[in-house]
Amino acid sequence: MKFAVLVFPGSNCDIDCYKAIEDTVGEPVDYVWHTATDLSPYDCILVPGGFSYGDYLRCGAISRFAPVMKEVAKAAAEGKYVLGICNGFQILTEAGLLPGALRRNLSMKFRCHDTVLKVANNDTPFTKNYAAGEEIVIPIAHGEGNYYCDDETLARLQANNQIVFTYKDNPNGSVTDIAGICNEQGNVLGMMPHPERAVDALLGTDDGKRMFTSILNAWRDRHGAASVR
Amino acid sequence: MIKATVYVTIKQSVLDPQGVAVQGALHSMGFGEVDSVRIGKYMELNLDTTDRESAEKRVIEMCEKLLANTVIEDYRYELEG
Repeated sequence: MKFAVLVFPGSNCDIDCYKAIEDTVGEPVDYVWHTATDLSPYDCILVPGGFSYGDYLRCGAISRFAPVMKEVAKAAAEGKYVLGICNGFQILTEAGLLPGALRRNLSMKFRCHDTVLKVANNDTPFTKNYAAGEEIVIPIAHGEGNYYCDDETLARLQANNQIVFTYKDNPNGSVTDIAGICNEQGNVLGMMPHPERAVDALLGTDDGKRMFTSILNAWRDRHGAASVR
Repeated sequence: MIKATVYVTIKQSVLDPQGVAVQGALHSMGFGEVDSVRIGKYMELNLDTTDRESAEKRVIEMCEKLLANTVIEDYRYELEG
């Protein structure tokens, strides 16, 4: 299985994502520059956190038009796995690959600390190694992670089981404590917390590790290969 | 040359945390009459054209595609020249 970590001007969690793949699943992983026009060799695309294009105008608004994003949309349509973390989540909503938008935190503060998440849906390629309803500890680091969608969209998210993670103690004001959502098909996930910063007990928590092993297992299940634990 | 002025604000139906924080500050300073504050963005675009009609169409397209996120924001614009 081959992973791509996209790099935009201003991405700052790209190395963490790359290392997380190396350390948790040890599969091939490449950095892919935002000007790339071919993602066909990759099975999973990670859109990392950071401040792409300095967050000018709105978080993710400019990156959404980077050449590589056309390829991300194509990969998503083909059923490949796309994981957007923090700024990556903002980019995916701006690109229309996930519904809703991220607003300024209700507290107006940049929040940077561990959070307790509830795995609201463990039936996705990203969460199959978690138990349903399990509580996990994953750090956040964002100023604009306050998820918003209108009532109609929220009803659709709930009906389709697209709410994947919720916060135990909502740190940013997100609608119904949403921390992460997936698309209808379940192959595109966006989340504000950083699983790539939670892959070793030395970092305070290794609860993010199973997200990456889940992705590999899901891919292997689909391709008839042996799974890893 | 046509000058387009674009204003982008958070939709009325969406909470504007910046506006609420500034309203709180105004209240604590004694400006209790401030009923609400909405904070937005102001953009000036100089367009290299004299065709007002096509300029307007293009500005709307710019707003819809990039300048505003219509999930949470409203926009309005003025054209001069």
